[in-house]
Amino acid sequence: MVFERIRDIIAANLSIDPNTITLKTRINEDLKADSLELFKIVNEIEDEFGIKIEYAETVETVEDAVQYVKDQTTE
Amino acid sequence: MIRAKIAGIEKALPPLVVTNDRLASIVETSDEWISSRTGIKQRHISSGQNTSDLCIETADKLIKKAGWDPLSVDLIIVGTLTPDYATPNVACMVQAALGCANAFCFDISAACSGFVYSLSAAEKFIRAGNVKRAIVLGGETLSKITDWNDRSTCVLFADGAGGVLLEASESGGIICEDLHADGSKGASLLAGYHKIDNPFFKEEEKRGKYIEMNGRDIFSFATRIVPGSIKKVLDDAGVGSDEIKYFVLHQANTRINDIIAKKLKISPEKFFSNIHSTGNTSGGSIPILLAEMDEKGLFSKGDKLILAGFGGGLTWATMLIEL
Repeated sequence: MVFERIRDIIAANLSIDPNTITLKTRINEDLKADSLELFKIVNEIEDEFGIKIEYAETVETVEDAVQYVKDQTTE
Repeated sequence: MIRAKIAGIEKALPPLVVTNDRLASIVETSDEWISSRTGIKQRHISSGQNTSDLCIETADKLIKKAGWDPLSVDLIIVGTLTPDYATPNVACMVQAALGCANAFCFDISAACSGFVYSLSAAEKFIRAGNVKRAIVLGGETLSKITDWNDRSTCVLFADGAGGVLLEASESGGIICEDLHADGSKGASLLAGYHKIDNPFFKEEEKRGKYIEMNGRDIFSFATRIVPGSIKKVLDDAGVGSDEIKYFVLHQANTRINDIIAKKLKISPEKFFSNIHSTGNTSGGSIPILLAEMDEKGLFSKGDKLILAGFGGGLTWATMLIEL
């Protein structure tokens, strides 16, 4: 559930097909997201789940983001 | 009710144009990297002109074009974070150069919101009846406080000034505003620290005079706060976004303004931009952009504009004006 919501945020921001995104996808290297796109994705994940991600730079893979959200929510 | 109406718009940019390619010869960067992340292609950098020189040039153009007698100016305000001196303030230097001997003069320090803060302050004096005519300027020489070895900031900041004449009027002018600050986030954007250094105490402090910015904090602040502030001004004024001809935002980063436009569901074409040619001139950016738009003949009497500044402090300021 968390994965799907994060996947959709990433796909919408980078204008790509959600089905191409897996847990192992590296947001920066595989999807070629630059620093500002990563900030925007992280901000939207924060807003979506009502959490605070202190260091956007530590979010490398989609799995990192999913884990970050799971650690800070009960999901 | 007395209102404050804009009676002229001008700008002054230093003649030296520094392209991204030129910067790439100073620090490790590239035109592609800078332009894709910021929208900036070139900027004007001082080759000797200080903030007062740019503000004086702007003010001189303003009163000459409007045919104002310098002695008829009651007030001069300059929004700047890079004054020539701590004292005299830049507004006093403008007064002296133009011979506006009857004006009282002060600067406002509110970084990228400085021009809108200054407009707001001037409007209050006009509304109160104390002032009939004011010169309101925003000007910077950010190159003075830029670390030219720091590729993450030196590609962003630039020099320039712009300003307006503000005059008491029965209609139009400044209609509605929303001014705020959040000092608790001040450390996200620092510049110009003055160390304690006297015979009795010497401060050991790493912070210096150069701009230090937490990019993510500022990006998040701008893209989250500004849409709400613009929406509040429109709601308070009872004006629909379709009635606004242009949204004139501080030029910090093309992508920040694109996100703000998208969040407000407003066509990006209404967000006129000149950051590609001027970079981020902090307090200068909104009046420089206004002047450029005016030169292009984009304005007509009665047009409604939204002005929105946001940046160091942190501060933000949105204003609805009618030309």
